[in-house]
Amino acid sequence: MTHPVLRLREVTRVHGKGDAEVHALCGVSLTVAPGELIAVMGPSGSGKSTLLNLAGGLDSPTTGEVLVEDVVLGGLSRRELAQLRRRSIGYVFQDLNLIPGLTAAENVMLPRELDGVPARTARAEAVAGLAQVDMAELADRFPDDMSGGQQQRVAIARALVGDRRLVLADEPTGALDSETGEAVLRLLRGRCDAGAAGVLVTHEARHAGWADRVVLLRDGVMIDETHPPPAVESLLADNSS
Amino acid sequence: MSIRHGLLTLLDQQPMYGYQLRLEFEASTGSTWPLNVGQVYTTLARLERDGLVEAVDGEQESQRPYRITDAGRAEVKAWFATPVSRENPPRDELAIKLALAVNTPGIDVHAVIQAQRTATVQALQQYTRLKNTSDDDLSWLLVIDSLIFAAEAEVRWLDHCETRLARHRVRPSRPAVPADTTDTADTAVRR
Repeated sequence: MTHPVLRLREVTRVHGKGDAEVHALCGVSLTVAPGELIAVMGPSGSGKSTLLNLAGGLDSPTTGEVLVEDVVLGGLSRRELAQLRRRSIGYVFQDLNLIPGLTAAENVMLPRELDGVPARTARAEAVAGLAQVDMAELADRFPDDMSGGQQQRVAIARALVGDRRLVLADEPTGALDSETGEAVLRLLRGRCDAGAAGVLVTHEARHAGWADRVVLLRDGVMIDETHPPPAVESLLADNSS
Repeated sequence: MSIRHGLLTLLDQQPMYGYQLRLEFEASTGSTWPLNVGQVYTTLARLERDGLVEAVDGEQESQRPYRITDAGRAEVKAWFATPVSRENPPRDELAIKLALAVNTPGIDVHAVIQAQRTATVQALQQYTRLKNTSDDDLSWLLVIDSLIFAAEAEVRWLDHCETRLARHRVRPSRPAVPADTTDTADTAVRR
């Protein structure tokens, strides 16, 4: 079996102390293999975003362990963690955080340049990454001169540039119309099919439909999980006889 | 009435045999609603009786193509011009099940909701895979999108039911039994 890219082991996250104690996440375990897209669904306050922040090393669990490519995040120094975040994990958030003063290509190059990759190489990678999201022609455009859907594509290209095997997406379709939103999910699906591991946090069931497994959270607890879907044909039953 | 109007619309394009109509209908709806040949011929007979189609004289008496009449064309036009009625909504088994569940002692409504939500999300995954692997057939994509949006609406409604239940807390909960053991021999005897 291939090594999982992401593992959460009995992860609990408690905010506050004493009477003000809030269990944002309680004993959640989750494994994501290469090629897999997992959707996490639940109402606001169910712990979806906490789960994503823990998976991405942006927050640390109160108890339990988070492993990215077999590395326990809790055992890393701040510097090592920052490096791992840059190299192995791509983030797509609701607000895209594209830097307005940089072109599409420069936005995508940025994390690689921070990582010490020479500008020429980073530029070539960025252009290739933008081509994968059908944005090669807009490489030198600034975010303000792009539509919401185009900006989202740039954000995804940035999330996937380099050799990042884990993509974390928090409501990545934001305020996009349904058709553009679907294109974004198709893209995410495609990247996972090409070998990345993905975690998608969403409150929309329609988006969760793109995942291989859907995890349902309520009050910080995983209450259910769909199994990998059986053959597609079984749903369109033959009732012609 | 979708089969009647579906066949009529297809005949509006060209005269067709019954078996052709069946294939064409299924092709344009992505085989989501398969028709059996019996349904096609019963429908054609009714359409003919109502003067909306007529059989074309063919080589053989048993197999004759049908063509649309002027009255039939008018009917097709009227059908597209009229919104589908939401009166007399089709019986919704899930709504009925939940409506009964809240008043049936011993049924864990939350468990019913939860099981349904998981099943519906799983159906959504399958529809989406189907969409992702199908080619660019517009009719079929529209049909599958309709299934996806309906399933999504069901999940949202189930979430809503759960919230409403939590607020309502009608009666003190009784010891729950799993939903699938309600029709035991025990209850059957008491009927």
